Amino acid sequence: MAALTLLTVAVLSMAVGAKPIPPGEVWHALTDRDAAEYAVVRELRLPRTLLGLVAGAALGVAGAAMQALTRNPLADPGLLGINSGAAAAIATATALFGLGGGTGQVWFALLGAAVVTVGVYAVGGGRTATPARLALAGAALNAALYSYVSAVMLLDAAGLERLRFWTVGSLASADTGTVLRVLPFIAVGLVVALAAARPLNALALGDDAAQALGARPAVTRAAVIIAITLLCGAATAACGPIVFVGLLVPHLVRALTGPDLRWLLPYCALLAPVLLLGSDVLGRVLGRPGELQVGLITAVVGGPLFLALVLRTRTARS
Amino acid sequence: MIVIRTPGRLSVRLQPRVLAVGTVCLLLTLAVGVLAVGHGEYPMSPTDVLRTLTGGGSPAEEFIVTQLRLPRLATGLAVGTALGLAGAVFQSLVRNPLGSPDVLGFTQGSATGALVVVAVGGGSAVLAGAAALGGIVTGLLIYLIAWRRGVHGYRLVLVGIGVSAILTGVNGYLMTRVPLMSASRAMLWLTGSLDGRGWSDAVPLLAALAVLMPALLACAPALRMTELGDDAASGLGVRVQRTRMLLLAGAVLLVALSAAAAGPVPFVALTAPHLARRLTRSPGVTLLPAAVIGALITVLADQVALRALPGQLPVGVVTGVIGGGYLVWLLATERRAGRL
Repeated sequence: MAALTLLTVAVLSMAVGAKPIPPGEVWHALTDRDAAEYAVVRELRLPRTLLGLVAGAALGVAGAAMQALTRNPLADPGLLGINSGAAAAIATATALFGLGGGTGQVWFALLGAAVVTVGVYAVGGGRTATPARLALAGAALNAALYSYVSAVMLLDAAGLERLRFWTVGSLASADTGTVLRVLPFIAVGLVVALAAARPLNALALGDDAAQALGARPAVTRAAVIIAITLLCGAATAACGPIVFVGLLVPHLVRALTGPDLRWLLPYCALLAPVLLLGSDVLGRVLGRPGELQVGLITAVVGGPLFLALVLRTRTARS
Repeated sequence: MIVIRTPGRLSVRLQPRVLAVGTVCLLLTLAVGVLAVGHGEYPMSPTDVLRTLTGGGSPAEEFIVTQLRLPRLATGLAVGTALGLAGAVFQSLVRNPLGSPDVLGFTQGSATGALVVVAVGGGSAVLAGAAALGGIVTGLLIYLIAWRRGVHGYRLVLVGIGVSAILTGVNGYLMTRVPLMSASRAMLWLTGSLDGRGWSDAVPLLAALAVLMPALLACAPALRMTELGDDAASGLGVRVQRTRMLLLAGAVLLVALSAAAAGPVPFVALTAPHLARRLTRSPGVTLLPAAVIGALITVLADQVALRALPGQLPVGVVTGVIGGGYLVWLLATERRAGRL
């Protein structure tokens, strides 16, 4: 079911755009060099769809891993400032060294993501941290990083021109190179996260019980933090800071699979791209003949769902 | 603590330390203010400034001081006071030292209002109005969404964070919709700047402060009691929800109007109340010292931006960097102390 939905969205993502192509002809356009739509599909929409798949999977799994790690239903790479950390590092790199993309950008993003992940975990991983406190710490970090990024953009007009499109979060700039650059990082991150599913399940029972069950809490935590850093950093480097995907997908998927991470994580990897690509397609439909950036759509669609989540659950009382 | 009792039933409690800290900060602010007025293309010594202010300067000096430099200083002072005060109220209402308007989305609301004007086109007066309106509407929205038989601190925080994340997305989108020239203008505004502020910017905020500051200070005892918890406060005769609504409305108005005057100057509302609490070593909320320290931080940061940094950097860059560093330190120490 999940795979089918994903396939449908992927086909839609290739079909919808300034030049609509009937879904039936997408395959034809993909494979046949002589087809009229070959260039559109192969050069523009295929990389974009692939990036959506990869980045969506990364954000979804990172969100689920993070919620498990911090035992906090409101953990999200975007809300906790990890994506902003990557963004701040990239803004610095762009302004100081004139980096305009490439592999360097990914490394800087990873650095920024790593610093913030460790920081947020140090603040939020303790026993006293409630969901609201963690969210608040993350929001404060977000605000600080945001004001830093705006200061950088203010100093450097050329940087502003490039960064203002990137900071919304968009799949539009994707080409095959972008996808290939981030793919190794995300692949490693996904594998580590999926491998950590079992010990993370045990960790949910508390450190002592987990140790009794044969898990090594410290190793697991370190592995998961590395995975989250890789996933968020690479996704942010490719398509800018995108919020709410990592928060919502695990919650929606949990309704399907239950809390077992061995099921939850793979399903997140399958269904998060549905949300991301779906938002992207929606942005292209709503913004005709141009498009609305996917970051805007996820914020506008995801925000109210987050509010509903906050008001429904008892997390608000603490 | 000193308690002064009058023969009637009136009594006033004074904490010497609070009084001393407040006075020292006030004097410092005034000193920085005098230096600020003296600084510029036409340098003036502090004695010259004071002479001109008291009416003994030449017409040229008179013009420079009252028309060019004083408005900027007044705007800075008013913005700092408003943000310090509002920040103290917010932090006390949500019972967390991180609960400042920058974090809770009110600033983003003002930014959305201003960006819409930049995108559609409009003068700076319209922009200021839209910023104020955006802040107020956002405040109202957050309050209404968080309302469920009363508004409680943490629900307000979470709803605020959610709304702020949505608005950040919307703001980013608006930034991509405008041409580059307008984008840099918008960016300058979004950072918070005191450049070229005239009396017309300062006066609305000063008027609001004149009304709202006494009102908020009058609510301070009730605010202090709500920190005990809703039940205890009700038991002591505080009408908790009404007090909370009034304080919130006042604080939101101050934040929105200060955004209209100088843009969303970041982190003053976060740092000032916290510094005030540390300096006065007072256990609860300290509105007046927070206001004074807010003014001091803003004016000082503006001077640092003008004198020490290259280029024409706005005040918001300095407060942002200081505030960000302070925040990291706060997260580290407060967490260790388990207060966060």
